Amino acid sequence: MPDPDPSTQNFLINARELGVKRGERWIFRHVNLSVGLGQLVFIIGANGAGKSTCVKTMLGLIQATEGEIEKSSTLVVDYVPQRLTISPNLPLSIRRLITLTKRFSKQEIDTALTTVGLDRLGNPPVTTLSGGEFQRLLLARAMLHRPNLLVLDEPAQGIDAAGTDLVHELIDEVRKDLGCGVLLISHDLERAMDMGDNFAVLIPHEYDEAPATAVVN
Amino acid sequence: MLDDFLVRALLAGIGLALVTGPTGCFIVWRRLAYFGETMAHSALLGVALAIIFNLNLVIGIFSVALLVMLAVLYLERRETLPTDTLLGLISHGGLALGLVILSFFPQMRLNLHALLFGDLLAVSRLDLAVIWVGGILALAVLCWIVRSLLAATISSEIAEVAGLRPERARLIFGILLAAVIAGAIKIVGVLLIVALLIIPAATVRRFSPTPEIMAFAAAVLGTIAVAGGLFASATLDTPSGPSIVVVALILFIVTRVGYLKVR
Ligand SMILES: Nc1ncnc2c1ncn2[C@@H]1O[C@H](COP(=O)(O)OP(=O)(O)O)[C@@H](O)[C@H]1O
Ligand SMILES: [Mg+2]
Repeated sequence: MPDPDPSTQNFLINARELGVKRGERWIFRHVNLSVGLGQLVFIIGANGAGKSTCVKTMLGLIQATEGEIEKSSTLVVDYVPQRLTISPNLPLSIRRLITLTKRFSKQEIDTALTTVGLDRLGNPPVTTLSGGEFQRLLLARAMLHRPNLLVLDEPAQGIDAAGTDLVHELIDEVRKDLGCGVLLISHDLERAMDMGDNFAVLIPHEYDEAPATAVVN
Repeated sequence: MLDDFLVRALLAGIGLALVTGPTGCFIVWRRLAYFGETMAHSALLGVALAIIFNLNLVIGIFSVALLVMLAVLYLERRETLPTDTLLGLISHGGLALGLVILSFFPQMRLNLHALLFGDLLAVSRLDLAVIWVGGILALAVLCWIVRSLLAATISSEIAEVAGLRPERARLIFGILLAAVIAGAIKIVGVLLIVALLIIPAATVRRFSPTPEIMAFAAAVLGTIAVAGGLFASATLDTPSGPSIVVVALILFIVTRVGYLKVR
């Protein structure tokens, strides 16, 4: 069980009784979740259960309807969203994409690309990458920023079994390298139980009264 | 020796093309063509406003284009109408309203053609100064927000988590677009400004390895199109806006065919 106490050194982020309502409907509710340094925490749920909305709320991209979010003052987040479509009209090489929000030295970029196994490709346009390669590229981008919390929204979506294993291995490697916390959205309960330090299950529901979230330790 | 008016129009057109090149690239990358169209069509309403309140034309157009942009951003969130329907409604509603109001001013009827399609005879020294000063300012602003704007083009969520304030960049870009539209009215006119924004960008896309090179190449190509179009307009006595767009279109087709052949 992660320690939700902000006074401890490992603390990164903690959500208490978090909920988001759209119209008359709660997209998710009663979410209690915390991530500490070095921890791998899963959010599990079916399609439409509210997983993406939940992490966006924790990151402050969406306003919470109820509940509280506490963040460590040292929190440095990097986020890989679920869907990212790059306009084919935008000429962007892979090296350019990963340095879009911040500059890095050539050596740092080389190291990150090598870690995710994209160093042999040269510097092709991002639109030519396969789904798995693109995910690894986004992971390399996130790594470069050396966050202490890495948030990944279904990084294995649309990737074959071997690719999925590779992506998860990489995530674990990055976590050990950086010593950061990882919040990972997935619908793979088995993997979550196998790899995760902790996970939350979001259950879609129609009514206010229904318990939205079960946190399993 | 070139005629004075042609030199003025040419200099103004070049100043304009240097800004429409990079601005047009962002329109192509972010799929804002119809959004730009909507702001441009509302320019006639700005002209009407300028006449009624006795304002400078450019200021009238700029203010109305700004209002339209804010209205679109607001309604996009509030309304359940699909964005293209909403834009079509505002775009054509604005154009129609502008035409109706302008018909109350008989002396404007003569100038309507110029407003819609540009008129190189109409470029004054003041216009020239406004375009160059405004253009340099616009490019400076674009340089300032380019990182956030590019990041927001990839993903506004990544940009926001990285602290790049994509919403602010988007708003500033909207203001910039309103200024470009206002500055362009004499050269290309209301109906064709979006063509000058997107055709050069679309033309150079295939030859550009980076966003910066694409923006620069679009500016160069836009300059060629403007110069060629204005010469054609002066010699063949065609309206300047359509002439510029036709030259841009020819350049697009020629490079496209050339590209396919080389491949
Ligand atoms: N801004 C919104 N307004 C209304 N409904 C939304 C909004 N965002 C998401 N939803 C709905 O909330 C539900 C959960 O979405 P999401 O968080 O993407 O689920 P997941 O990531 O678990 O698949 C979906 O039914 C979706 O349609
Ligand atoms: Mg999702």
